[in-house]
Amino acid sequence: MGLLSGSNLRRSGQVVFDGKELTAMSPREVRDQFGTGMAMIFQDPMTALNPVRRIGSQLAEGPRIRLGMDKKAALKRSAELLSLVRIPDPEAMLRKFPYQLSGGMRQRVMIAIAISCNPELLFADEPTTALDVTVQAQILQLLSELRRDLKMSMVLVTHDLGVVANHTDFVAVMYAGEIVEQAPTAELFANMKMPYTKALLDSIPNIEMKSGARLKVIEGRLPNPVDRPKGCGFVTRCSYAQQKCHDEHPPLVDAGSGHLYRCWYPLGHTIARKP
Amino acid sequence: MAGSGTAHMRNNDEVVLEVRDLVVEFKVGGGKVVNAVSKISFDVCRGETLAVVGESGCGKTTLGKAVLQLPPPNSGDVIFEGTNLSKLPKEQLRSARTAMQMVFQDPISSLDPRMTVRDLVEEPLWIWDRSNEEDRAAKVRELLNNVGLDPELVLNRRSYEFSGGQCQRISIARSLALEPRMLICDEPVSALDVSIQAQILNLLQDMKDRYGLTMIFISHDLAVVKAVSNRIMVMYLGKICEVGDPEKIYTKPAHHYTSALINSVPIPDPTRKRANVPLQGEPPSPVAPPSGCRFRTRCPAASDKCAAEEPQLREVSPGQFVACHHPRV
Repeated sequence: MGLLSGSNLRRSGQVVFDGKELTAMSPREVRDQFGTGMAMIFQDPMTALNPVRRIGSQLAEGPRIRLGMDKKAALKRSAELLSLVRIPDPEAMLRKFPYQLSGGMRQRVMIAIAISCNPELLFADEPTTALDVTVQAQILQLLSELRRDLKMSMVLVTHDLGVVANHTDFVAVMYAGEIVEQAPTAELFANMKMPYTKALLDSIPNIEMKSGARLKVIEGRLPNPVDRPKGCGFVTRCSYAQQKCHDEHPPLVDAGSGHLYRCWYPLGHTIARKP
Repeated sequence: MAGSGTAHMRNNDEVVLEVRDLVVEFKVGGGKVVNAVSKISFDVCRGETLAVVGESGCGKTTLGKAVLQLPPPNSGDVIFEGTNLSKLPKEQLRSARTAMQMVFQDPISSLDPRMTVRDLVEEPLWIWDRSNEEDRAAKVRELLNNVGLDPELVLNRRSYEFSGGQCQRISIARSLALEPRMLICDEPVSALDVSIQAQILNLLQDMKDRYGLTMIFISHDLAVVKAVSNRIMVMYLGKICEVGDPEKIYTKPAHHYTSALINSVPIPDPTRKRANVPLQGEPPSPVAPPSGCRFRTRCPAASDKCAAEEPQLREVSPGQFVACHHPRV
């Protein structure tokens, strides 16, 4: 979305959205895509809203600017959006300030703001990480329904493979700034290729594991982004690492049916395996 | 659900901590009172890990702090190794508390950024004037080694130079300095990255075995709780819903709330999608909790009886206690 800034930023590459090359546009032109083209839900609902403005005024901003509504129509639209995200008594909610709402309610308001101008693409950055499991289940179901009803595409950023399994069609696994494996969701879980993806799945406490069982741990830490290993980024923590992994950077390999991975010795490979 | 009662209390020599009818209320403006913890009773046996689970705002953290008398509860007794902490004079309470330590949720803000790791871990020892300088230094090194940190590398550094996981290791070393017999962990891994969570959970298990600790483990994450606990207590709006053996509670939850909590956890397997969201809405305000059973406003099985009469904890199967008029088993 072109939201990164700072004098130390170096970037290259292309972002093409809906046939338009965003990377070639001026910041102003990119901004015109926000709301109707792309929208974002941020991770922390407690700090992403403006604390000194009422919910109604924050919600109406998008429809007023992007859809050219007058104040009255925008507030009416805001109330509809709030009922769409299942907030009881939306009229009263419009007059409240963010501090009067719980985390789950604020996250719903954030979602309402993001969908207020019917975006084609919604980025959701860890939308439920700050919430309780019961509220998480509600919010995720709400997002799935909105996606279906409003014919919206969604990029869901999360660390929770449980959320991935239940609410996505396609997964890209990232490690140290690279995509290391990508596949349709069902294919990924059925047929993991990257040792990292498997290790990530194993290290998460699973509600179905035996109580008191020891968790598997990914030893070590992420490589320093300033000084990365020249071979595979995961090499220092991988239990299958060979000499080749230290020396050569693995390319993305196509395993068919849309499944790509970046590993010299993927799971299921028989040669040169050490435990 | 969400009732009172003492049917689940065990009366044997192994009980280390006994809490009876604990009440914590906070005054808020306009003569209103937040009912954070309402008449909760429970006990913990030696070497056991009791997990306290529930949504945010249900009183889990308040309960943990009230056990340590931080601040002292409004009423109720906390009996630790035969001593009633709520009746002790201030100085005796301070010294009794050395046997019970707490690990806090946010590892970064719970450590003083101006102190070196050496001072952070040593501080409890010099406050209580334990042993001489040389022995203290040796003890600090031993503790850091035990929590998986290299003393040579960390002793003279300060907390801001470390990641969340490393800070939590330092907090754990600090809490173990006085060789406590009980450790209260308040969401010790919820602020950490998933790949670090497993390391800290395994470390807590190791420390529990090495130092023979009894633990109270407070968490909202049922999957984490399952990995560490021997006994589970589910709380809702300051009351107990269900207490018992984890295997039983996870496979056959008797409380509708417990069942909803378990069914809300996403399973990392795309072939088994969750059909329906088990629970709508959010907990009511603890300023004006519902009459009778506090869960009735969101409960699928609620009846008139639930509004009129508060359910008491009772045994539904050996070792499983539930406070509900219409239990699932």
